[in-house]
Amino acid sequence: MNTPTTTTPLDEGARRQQLLDKVQKSLRRRHAAERRFRVLGLLAVVAGLSFVAILFASILSRGLPAFWQSTITVDVFFDPELIQVSAKPLQGRNETPAAFRERELAWQGELAMVNWNRILEDSVIAQRPELAQQRREVRALFTSAEKFRLRDRVFADPGLIGRTVTLDLLADANVDVWLRGNIDRSLPDSQQQLKPEVRALADRLKAEGMIAIKFSTALFTNPDSRSSPASSGLAGAFVGSLFMMLIVIFLAVPIAVASAIYLEEFAPSNRVTDVIEVNINNLAAVPSIVFGLLGAAIFINWFKMPLSAPLVGGLVLSLMTLPTVIIATRASLKAVPPSIRQAALGIGASKVQTVFHHVLPLALPGILTGAIIGVAQALGETAPLLLIGMSAFVANVPATPLDQSTALPVQIYLWQGNELRNFFEARTSAAIIVLLGLMISLNAFAIWLRKKFEVRW
Amino acid sequence: MNMANTKEIPLSRSFAQRTQAAPAAKLAKMSARDVKVYYGEAQALKGISVDIMQNEVIAFIGPSGCGKSTFLRTLNRMNDTIEGCRIEGEVTLDGKDIYDASLDVVLLRAQVGIVFQKPNPFPKSIYDNIAYGPRLHGLASTRTDLDEIVEKSLRRAGLWNEVKDRLQQPGTGLSGGQQQRLCIARAIAVSPEVILMDEPCSALDPIATAKIEELINELSSQYTIAIVTHSMQQAARVSHRTAYFHLGELIEVNATEKVFTQPEHELTEAYITGRFG
Repeated sequence: MNTPTTTTPLDEGARRQQLLDKVQKSLRRRHAAERRFRVLGLLAVVAGLSFVAILFASILSRGLPAFWQSTITVDVFFDPELIQVSAKPLQGRNETPAAFRERELAWQGELAMVNWNRILEDSVIAQRPELAQQRREVRALFTSAEKFRLRDRVFADPGLIGRTVTLDLLADANVDVWLRGNIDRSLPDSQQQLKPEVRALADRLKAEGMIAIKFSTALFTNPDSRSSPASSGLAGAFVGSLFMMLIVIFLAVPIAVASAIYLEEFAPSNRVTDVIEVNINNLAAVPSIVFGLLGAAIFINWFKMPLSAPLVGGLVLSLMTLPTVIIATRASLKAVPPSIRQAALGIGASKVQTVFHHVLPLALPGILTGAIIGVAQALGETAPLLLIGMSAFVANVPATPLDQSTALPVQIYLWQGNELRNFFEARTSAAIIVLLGLMISLNAFAIWLRKKFEVRW
Repeated sequence: MNMANTKEIPLSRSFAQRTQAAPAAKLAKMSARDVKVYYGEAQALKGISVDIMQNEVIAFIGPSGCGKSTFLRTLNRMNDTIEGCRIEGEVTLDGKDIYDASLDVVLLRAQVGIVFQKPNPFPKSIYDNIAYGPRLHGLASTRTDLDEIVEKSLRRAGLWNEVKDRLQQPGTGLSGGQQQRLCIARAIAVSPEVILMDEPCSALDPIATAKIEELINELSSQYTIAIVTHSMQQAARVSHRTAYFHLGELIEVNATEKVFTQPEHELTEAYITGRFG
């Protein structure tokens, strides 16, 4: 009787101690595992962020300089001697628009016959008389589109004739490359893109301040150009992308949201809906280039829609976006608690009223986010557009969705393949900056919408 | 009645005989006859027949999975929303079959309101929670009418004094008990004749439960109430009659006092004395 009472507490204490030691040991292991996991997670985040940082840094450092271009500031004298055209036609009171258009075109023809190059040369020589013998070199400084811009100015305002206007004119792409050192200046003449005289002239005018590197809006306001790379811009591609986005927003989003609501809230669950569901999920995983093939086969070959048109591009991108938006919408509808549906039904709301009064408003942030992510995805898509002819060179800004056009990502693809590498490398990065900027603003818009419509519980 | 399977359900038969033998003194508001419910292959209710009298509070008790909630939900066709649910038999409201094809289920649910187990106010203001039903059914023609309905409903649910100063605040910001009374007020707002309550207090603390029970007592003067509950004390406190369900069968229905003191069936006795459930 005596021994157990004295030994039991000791045994008990030793056992407890043993147990605690065991727990302590396992605790150390657990803490170590936790620390390891945290460090790994942190490393993953840091690695991811640094890759993003490197990407952005490289794109920004290459692309931002492209927004500044070598610009020649000239007092352009619109010499009436050279611009010998009749007065700009005005529409007569009884004149049909067709007849007026004909007279206007004739006048345009007269303007086109003017020697605009000579006006440019004369204006430079007026400021630098010593260049009178170097007309050819002076002309080579300007990018070829500038003479047409002079013509367009006079077309818009014939009052310019006889006046002198100070204009910032873009230098030729090769001049820009030379002046900014984007080509090795020590290369022999045979490997240079410009003649030695033009290079010397460019250097001289830059030293004298006539040529300066200035911010240029050409990148935003002009369509693509091959003959005058320095004035090539994204306007055509931007408008093409805009048309396609509008088509996706007004076609894909309503169809996707409607079908998601039907499938999630109204459709009976049977074999047919199962098959539809599986196929929608599969469709989301189909490579986008397949949608391009489908567009080429159906919209262009069968429905005879025009090649390279944003309409076809928009339709193809809509098809591609549909499953993404359907899946996102269904997910956010599923996330609405069933108790809300029961509450509405229990009061006597019909199925449609339940969905539109209660379920949809609650699912709206998720639906909007899904829709915008889908649209952003479509905005950045290139592959399907290549197959429907949107990778063609288009020098105009499309006026309607039926006109030929490119798209922003396609323009990036075209520029990065341009043979004038040392000029277009920067322009490609600049176009990427514009596209990324659009993407980021779309995503920011999505976040803002979600915050705005989010219902606090 | 279906005599073919009476052998398997002796007490259903005896109940059926009883109801047929002694015609109800009071008017039956709703009555169920041989209601069978199937979820896919599984049979949840095996032929339930019971009358719910005008202005009475009837409690449905029984162990989990006995079908009491399922039966409650057949009374305003909430089971329609469940996929694969099939219902046989007849349920009438004022003598009219509620499963008749010509009956509009929306109208039925306006007449037979329901309060759920978990408070489920809409994520809207308190006012809009109550006003939603009346707006839906066009019960108020002017803003003043609507205000009146909202106030009346909240008063009846005993919530008016607590929320009258914050009607525009979200209903989800109320406490659990207040939310449940808000849901009761929401059900009352469309002037139903019958209110179904599916374990309305199971998510509430004892004080909130006491308030709801008090409310049920008050409401019984104007409404017919059917309540499903897990708490036998609650059934004893609030109901006039109690029905005991067991494995999809209605074992016994009698005056509450009788069920809890002298149950007719041994299953009922076993349940109320705590031998299972």
